[in-house]
Amino acid sequence: MAPETGAEVVLRLDGITKRFGPLLANDAISFGLGKGEVIALLGENGAGKTTLMNILFGHYTADEGTVEVFGRPLPPGHPRAALAAGVGMVHQHFTLADNMTALENILLGTRPLLAPRLGARAARAKVARLSRDFGLAVHPDARVGALSVGERQRVEILKALYRDARILILDEPTAVLTPQETSALFETLRKAVAQGLSVIFISHKLGEVMEISSRVLVLRHGRLVGEVATADTDRHRLAEMMVGAEIAAPRLSERAPGPALLTLSEVDTPRRGNAPGLRGVTLALRAGQITGLAGVSGNGQTALAALIGGLETPVRGSMELDGAPPADWSPRAALAAAIARIPEDRHRTGTVADFTLTENAVLESYADAPFSRRGWMNWRAAEDFARRIIATYDVRCPGPAARIRLLSGGNMQKLILGRALEAEPRIILANQPVRGLDIGAVTFVQNRLIAARDKGAAVLLISEDLDEVMALSDVIHVIYEGRLSPAFPRGTMTPAGLGGWMAGHGFGPEYTRGGADAA
Amino acid sequence: MDILEIILTASFWAAAVRIASPLIFATLGELICERAGVLNLGIEGIMVIGAFTGWMTVYLGFGLWTGVLVAMLAGMLFGLVHATLTVPFGLSQHVVGLGVTLLATATAAFAYRLSLPEVTSPPKIVPFQPLPVPGLSELPLIGPAFFAQTPLTYLAFVLIAVVSVVLYRTPLGLALRAAGENPASVEAQGLSVTAMRMGAVIVGSGLMAIGGAFLTMSAFSSFFFEMVNGRGWICIALVVFGAWRPGKAALGALLFAAFDALQVRLQQTPMGAYVPYQVFLMVPYILSILALVLMSRRAEVPAALMVPFNKGER
Repeated sequence: MAPETGAEVVLRLDGITKRFGPLLANDAISFGLGKGEVIALLGENGAGKTTLMNILFGHYTADEGTVEVFGRPLPPGHPRAALAAGVGMVHQHFTLADNMTALENILLGTRPLLAPRLGARAARAKVARLSRDFGLAVHPDARVGALSVGERQRVEILKALYRDARILILDEPTAVLTPQETSALFETLRKAVAQGLSVIFISHKLGEVMEISSRVLVLRHGRLVGEVATADTDRHRLAEMMVGAEIAAPRLSERAPGPALLTLSEVDTPRRGNAPGLRGVTLALRAGQITGLAGVSGNGQTALAALIGGLETPVRGSMELDGAPPADWSPRAALAAAIARIPEDRHRTGTVADFTLTENAVLESYADAPFSRRGWMNWRAAEDFARRIIATYDVRCPGPAARIRLLSGGNMQKLILGRALEAEPRIILANQPVRGLDIGAVTFVQNRLIAARDKGAAVLLISEDLDEVMALSDVIHVIYEGRLSPAFPRGTMTPAGLGGWMAGHGFGPEYTRGGADAA
Repeated sequence: MDILEIILTASFWAAAVRIASPLIFATLGELICERAGVLNLGIEGIMVIGAFTGWMTVYLGFGLWTGVLVAMLAGMLFGLVHATLTVPFGLSQHVVGLGVTLLATATAAFAYRLSLPEVTSPPKIVPFQPLPVPGLSELPLIGPAFFAQTPLTYLAFVLIAVVSVVLYRTPLGLALRAAGENPASVEAQGLSVTAMRMGAVIVGSGLMAIGGAFLTMSAFSSFFFEMVNGRGWICIALVVFGAWRPGKAALGALLFAAFDALQVRLQQTPMGAYVPYQVFLMVPYILSILALVLMSRRAEVPAALMVPFNKGER
């Protein structure tokens, strides 16, 4: 398993094996990385990519196998040794201190602890040079907490480059980036490779892997199941290698829409901080129909989700459930109206990290029979319910008593999905339901939403992924600065057409009637 | 006007600086702990231990500086207990801190009774004497206040600068602050969060103990059980007041000390005849609370303060 002939091998992994209890996270993995090469490490969540890189970087010690960097064996278990050997890692969760400046973060750990001076002046010059050479614009004195996610990632990359890393490992670097930030990152990586650096790019996004890598290694269940030159493959084949089976794209059957279960007419909601409110939104969610909401994030999606989820009430216009305005409107009223919610941020608002799966499964229904009677919890019923979700929705976990913190994002999302769908909702509010999930989990969640639609639920699918919206929706609205486009039936719009609306074209002259804007 | 007259006397400022000195030691100690991410509520007890051991060492015939050293080492020992329980074991910093305070206070009382079983009033030692700086101590107001103090006071003020420089100008200080902001960032550089935090708690506790020793070896000349009297808790507030910055925290200590010196003097004015003295005693605390409310609104708490770090946990 060598890189292209002729290139110097800078990194070689040989027979790396790592067990966590009964779980075999890495099974005899061997490969080499050539100088000036980008290899993509592709695999689903839990395939063992991050474990492998943590071994390489010294956070974990392998049970078996060796790592060689520039021909010299790397002592296991010491991040400092990896850094000294020229391996730099950009972690998926940034390891930056928010209250310190970018420069301070870059300097951390670069000099002996007992050195008398920080050496900030020389460092500043070097950082400026690296910023210029690699296209990593960051103000060195900016507080990291005030930087955007893309800028923070640049600080992380600068940290590695500042330590003269010759091998860059990027763990899911694009998971948190906008498309523009992603292309800027790729530009940086190309510059790095041109200067002779080697890159390991960990991802489960096929498009990016195809774009940036020269070679792809596919991991599945801890084993290296394939290695191909990127030029010799395509997205479809990579996807199959990754999940080990044919992938069927979710398909919508033709179905006549039912009655409108929830309607909004000319609704305004207030602005919340930087998030725009809704402005004159008219919308109908119909039974047996998926309504897709496309739009660049931060254009009022949160406001619409908050309104339907009961967190917000209209300041103007009207909302009707089954043709009548609700008496009062709150999250509890929304639940009582059989509105199920899949929240945007599963960690912050979807689950309680240190609660068990059982507790999380009944978060929304704990006060109802059979989970509680006369004010007493019936934990047996709750646990049975959790077990049912685990079985039906294929939630991989140690059991219902495990804390949900220990689950991967995909499994956490499956539990949330199960919790929402098992209540037999009439309306489903799915806000970014597949963000950050791997292909297997994405397909699973999407098929479940379609199944709910086929059973007669009205689904509102909010997504920043235009492909997803177009594939799953019966009708599509575009949201832009709190305003909603007309409904476009399935198949009537091209991606370019929707993209125009997402950029604000097509919306009439600024909406000025009523109080919201006059104020 | 009485207050103005008081403020214009040299003795008022000299008293303020003297009262501030132990607070500065202990506040800097607490600040170091908190900057590394550990709240050290053992401060009150560690000050008691420092006061007792320093005084006892001198009483047993050793030199004053030996006393300071012994007090510091005793404080570091209790710091080690605190650090072991809170850092590698990750126990609740509140519970451990209060426990250390109780343990240290009781240890001091126990050791006192063992060593001096039949004494009714505690024996006196010869404390540090004022050491006027030639020339500078002649300056009006500032001279007696800042340049005619005991060596320990000078040490306190030197330490403000030392702690500032170490925290902000050295790799060690950077790593220490990072351990309190995001321990994962320290870990990712292959440095030990555990060592960083334990070191900070131990060194910080040593400073707290010197603060306690100041009371028995510079401000007074013998040891009383109640002499620390909540100063440790004041220092915790001063760290917040100073927004976790050494200079501002020391300024806070001076401010508090000035209020304290003021209230003693106000009691002796005609006002003292009809206002109960407890009201005057309250003054520094009330003013401190007000200052705290006003100053600490926008303070940036170390992000990982009181968050135990377990390697490998998400």
